Amino acid sequence: MSARLGTGGRLIDRAAGVEFTFNGKRMRGCRGDTLASALLANGQTLVGRSFKYHRPRGIMASGPEEPNALVGLGEGARFEPNQRVTTTELFDGLTSTSQNHWPSLEFDIGAVNDKLYRFLPAGFYYKTFIHPRPAWKHLFEPIIRRSAGLGKAPTEPDADRYEYTYGHCDVLIAGGGIAGLQAALVAGASGLRVLVLEQTPHWGGRAPVDGDVIDGKSADDWVKSALQALDGMKNVTLRARTMVSGVYDHGYVLAEERIADHTPGDGRPRKRLWRIRAGRIVSATGALERPLSFAGNDIPGVMLASAMRDYVVNFAVSPGDRTVVVTNNDDAYRTAIALKEAGLVVAAVIDARAQVTGELPERVRAMGIRVETGRGVVKVKGKKFVTGVAIGLVTGEGAALEEIACDAVAMSGGWSPVVHLWSHCGGKLDWDRKAAMFRPDRNRPPLTLDGTAMVYPAGAANGALAAADALSDAAEAAGAALAALGREAPSVAAAQADSVAEGDLLPVWIMPEGAGPALKSKMWLDWQNDVKVSDVQLAAREGYVSVEHTKRYTTLGMATDQGKLSNINGLAVLSGALGADIPAVGTTTFRPPYTPVTIGALAGEARGDIFQPLRRTPMHDWHLSQGAYMEPVGLWQRPYCYPRAGETHEQAVNREVTNTRERLGILDASTLGKILVKGPDAGKFLDMLYTNVMSSLPIGKCRYGLMCNEQGFLSDDGVVVRLTEDSWLCHTTSGGADRIHGWMEDWLQCEWWDWQVYTANLTEQYAQVAVVGPNARKLLEKMGGMDVSKEAIPFMTFAEGTLGGFPVRVHRISFSGELSYEIAVPASHGAAFWELCHRLGADLGAMPYGTEGLHVLRAEKGFIMIGDETDGTVIPQDLNLDWAVSKKKEDFLGKRGQQRSFLASNDRWKLVGFEALDGSVIPDGAYVTAPGSNEYGFRNAQGRITSTYYSPTLKRGIAMGLLKNGPARMGEVVEFTSASGGAGVSAKVVSPVFYDPEGEKQNV
Amino acid sequence: MSDPVAALNGAQSEGFVRVREIGPVGMITLRAKPGTPGLAEAVKAASGCDLPQPRRITHQGGMSCGWMSPDEYLLILPYHGVAAAMAALEGGLAGTHHLAADVSDARAVFRIEGEKADQVLRKLSPADMDTVGEELRRSRLGQVAAAFWAGEGGYTVVCFRSVAGYVMGLLTHSALPGSEI
Repeated sequence: MSARLGTGGRLIDRAAGVEFTFNGKRMRGCRGDTLASALLANGQTLVGRSFKYHRPRGIMASGPEEPNALVGLGEGARFEPNQRVTTTELFDGLTSTSQNHWPSLEFDIGAVNDKLYRFLPAGFYYKTFIHPRPAWKHLFEPIIRRSAGLGKAPTEPDADRYEYTYGHCDVLIAGGGIAGLQAALVAGASGLRVLVLEQTPHWGGRAPVDGDVIDGKSADDWVKSALQALDGMKNVTLRARTMVSGVYDHGYVLAEERIADHTPGDGRPRKRLWRIRAGRIVSATGALERPLSFAGNDIPGVMLASAMRDYVVNFAVSPGDRTVVVTNNDDAYRTAIALKEAGLVVAAVIDARAQVTGELPERVRAMGIRVETGRGVVKVKGKKFVTGVAIGLVTGEGAALEEIACDAVAMSGGWSPVVHLWSHCGGKLDWDRKAAMFRPDRNRPPLTLDGTAMVYPAGAANGALAAADALSDAAEAAGAALAALGREAPSVAAAQADSVAEGDLLPVWIMPEGAGPALKSKMWLDWQNDVKVSDVQLAAREGYVSVEHTKRYTTLGMATDQGKLSNINGLAVLSGALGADIPAVGTTTFRPPYTPVTIGALAGEARGDIFQPLRRTPMHDWHLSQGAYMEPVGLWQRPYCYPRAGETHEQAVNREVTNTRERLGILDASTLGKILVKGPDAGKFLDMLYTNVMSSLPIGKCRYGLMCNEQGFLSDDGVVVRLTEDSWLCHTTSGGADRIHGWMEDWLQCEWWDWQVYTANLTEQYAQVAVVGPNARKLLEKMGGMDVSKEAIPFMTFAEGTLGGFPVRVHRISFSGELSYEIAVPASHGAAFWELCHRLGADLGAMPYGTEGLHVLRAEKGFIMIGDETDGTVIPQDLNLDWAVSKKKEDFLGKRGQQRSFLASNDRWKLVGFEALDGSVIPDGAYVTAPGSNEYGFRNAQGRITSTYYSPTLKRGIAMGLLKNGPARMGEVVEFTSASGGAGVSAKVVSPVFYDPEGEKQNV
Repeated sequence: MSDPVAALNGAQSEGFVRVREIGPVGMITLRAKPGTPGLAEAVKAASGCDLPQPRRITHQGGMSCGWMSPDEYLLILPYHGVAAAMAALEGGLAGTHHLAADVSDARAVFRIEGEKADQVLRKLSPADMDTVGEELRRSRLGQVAAAFWAGEGGYTVVCFRSVAGYVMGLLTHSALPGSEI
């Protein structure tokens, strides 16, 4: 049983008690505890059930590599699943629940899978649930989904807030252990900007626990003095609780800062995502201890040796009264020493090596601890907790020579440098045979923009495991990073650590080496995904030779811990099974994030009202106050219609259209693009951009124009007005303003750079109000200030002046077929002018109309809409707009495209109107059917609907669409498809101009 | 005629720094190449400011002139001074190729004031705030284009008028107490 020790604990404050719950059970911990240490202090060694077999699981590690001890943290709007207890700081009121069991952690029905392990090998799902086919979707998958899987998704919106911060530095140092701090001391002395990020709340890494002595001081004291020195450097920024999650191209780095994870609800943002541009990156991310593969290595009470001494030294937590240490290296002896010094019993150290003569083992022997060499654990005894170990020859087949009673097992299979940040952008690895580990190959680094190394591994992350080596390696790495930045390394001597002579490690991948199937099916490689030695060997027997394929087949390393403990052991077992060398088999790919990043942190501030920018016109608040139903048009918010009490949207649209035709409609047209084009060559430029001629437009006049892309397809349309001799104002579609402005600048900057033309996007400078209907002129006359008569402002002209005291430019243009004025007014007067229109227009029958009314009005007139009648495959000629395409101009954008045989063909689908024989509204997007079917068995088509509405003016459905040779087929009746696949509507082909074909109403 | 109304009518928020919409502010987009004859004189006549070097902004008597691109400047001046400044530009640049346009109403302008004003921008803009100095920095805030410069105990931020509400939301969120970097 684990428990709190009477004394010690360098990170905890015993005076500050903290209350928390686990599965509803109230427990007490100390300030400074992790949830893991607090659970152990309360004797809670069983913390979860495994993914597939529902085996009882305990805490294995003390850091981010923990595979088992994942909990659901918090409740309701602060619930988060899959949180590692080892990296969760304890706080008062913390609530946690274990995962993966039913009905309870203690008694889990799913554990029957453990008995069925023979029937659930690697690839089980692929092999078993293939037939019958429909059964996967309806039977197997639902059941498997219920029995597998980790935590549950939150059900409430997140109560916390998040944000980004953009960081910039010359040298980014990932990791605040002694190597990171040493690198910071060197880099900081150069005066360059240095950012040091440490994932835990504490600086110094493992050194204080391992008892390192640096520059004659304890590691704790050295760390303190290093931090003091760094605090004094204005160019150095230190941030704890910030995990570097990924390294990307050109020194781009993402990091997640945990601001208020341990103080929920204190008003601070919970997390902050750092988006950093770093000149060079020093990766001082340390190393992770590897487990050993022996039967029962997943039983609660079996722990990594380094984690065990972390719990003893940092948190004064005993993992058990009586521990057996099993190892293949000298480092694990530090755990035996720490346990003994804490007054606990070390039953034995079981060492796989035949000869053990290092300094640490000698100290352990001198403390009176039994050391067994050439031995290994053949089996751990116990079910929900360890009761003992059977030991035997490490080279044997698993015969137990002796059983040793114990309640905890500390294991160490050596160390793996954390090479993730080195590898994210392609840094290559070397297999170090002596230390049995992959370490960064400094000759094959990830490269940055100038082709030089981007990441510099330092300390244990570079394979320099001993403190003395780590410090000098880190100083050297920082110096190399500075050199790459063109700086001489400052004369900062690396700190000196007392060296401890350690003996060589003996690689042991399966313990014992000759173990049979029964033992190997209980040797866990990947705890979180329940992958065992037997699974990887099975994959090899079934022909898997690639480590990447084996990973996916067995799911090794694919859980939330991404194989931090399992990858090297799994790959060694695979290479053993294949009879290949470990480096020949290679590793899987390291990808960001290093540990999981909360989705909320990735979203940053983009939630709720600021999820995305919504563009608002100056009249926006008025629209809302009138109950307008808003629709998105690009990022703009526009009124779709203004429903009155009891009205449906359809009724509102019909009322707005009728009122505009009969009396007076007012439209917020502010979103229309308005681009000023000016210069001696502006006319020539516009003649190239538009299909018709704009240079000849007289000053004071308006002309409708079309723009095509180089391929000849219609891209945008709008009214161009000639302001002065050398300036034009081009109106674009609402969605096209920014795109067309960019298009203009592209041609001016890249192709016609010697033409004297400037453009300015004035879209937002003006609010624009369309005053439309028989009473339009009366309203403007009522405002007063300028002559708005037919003579003063004829159709397709404009005039500048004042109306109601507002400075305005009045255009006589019409997108409705009615008498219509479009009035531009400076945006800061937009709302006031709009209100004036409604105030003075009240007794003229003024009503606002929305975008749907606008669509119906234009469709009744047969006016095309970019995006409805066009889709990137339509040319002006398809829409019978030949009159707006100049035959005389030598060139314009799209001219040559339109001469290509397909586009010049007389056989194209062209614009017509359709009238359903039964007067109904033809479904949008419906196809005009043609006889037969194509090579894929689809019904042939000869046309389609592009716009379709109910016309309140004509009191029936009207539609526009494209039909093969359409204009030549007036009066013909065609059939449409229906969504149901049954018989569709029949409709007569008619002119697309349904209303006032002579254009008499707009020209009054 | 009514008074001109800024996009958010002078909205404010108090966090660890103060955010307020100011304006309406007069702004003129001036497009001309730096070597254009009479350009420096016209800018001086219109705003009192020297022609800025690339990426810089110059100030004189409450008016400013910012470098926006190799052939674009932004004059910032009192709202009611725009007509006179436009006349000065037209006078000084008559007959030379240029474009001057009143964009006062196309923009929203904010002030971020307080000791840690830079932190608000560090959360929203990928610009390296340590190097902004005397520059007019064209960048983005969150998902929209914005420009800003330092001075008078804080920063002045310019964005398009239609997204003023979004930018106010960003600035307010980023200045919430407790979120100091």
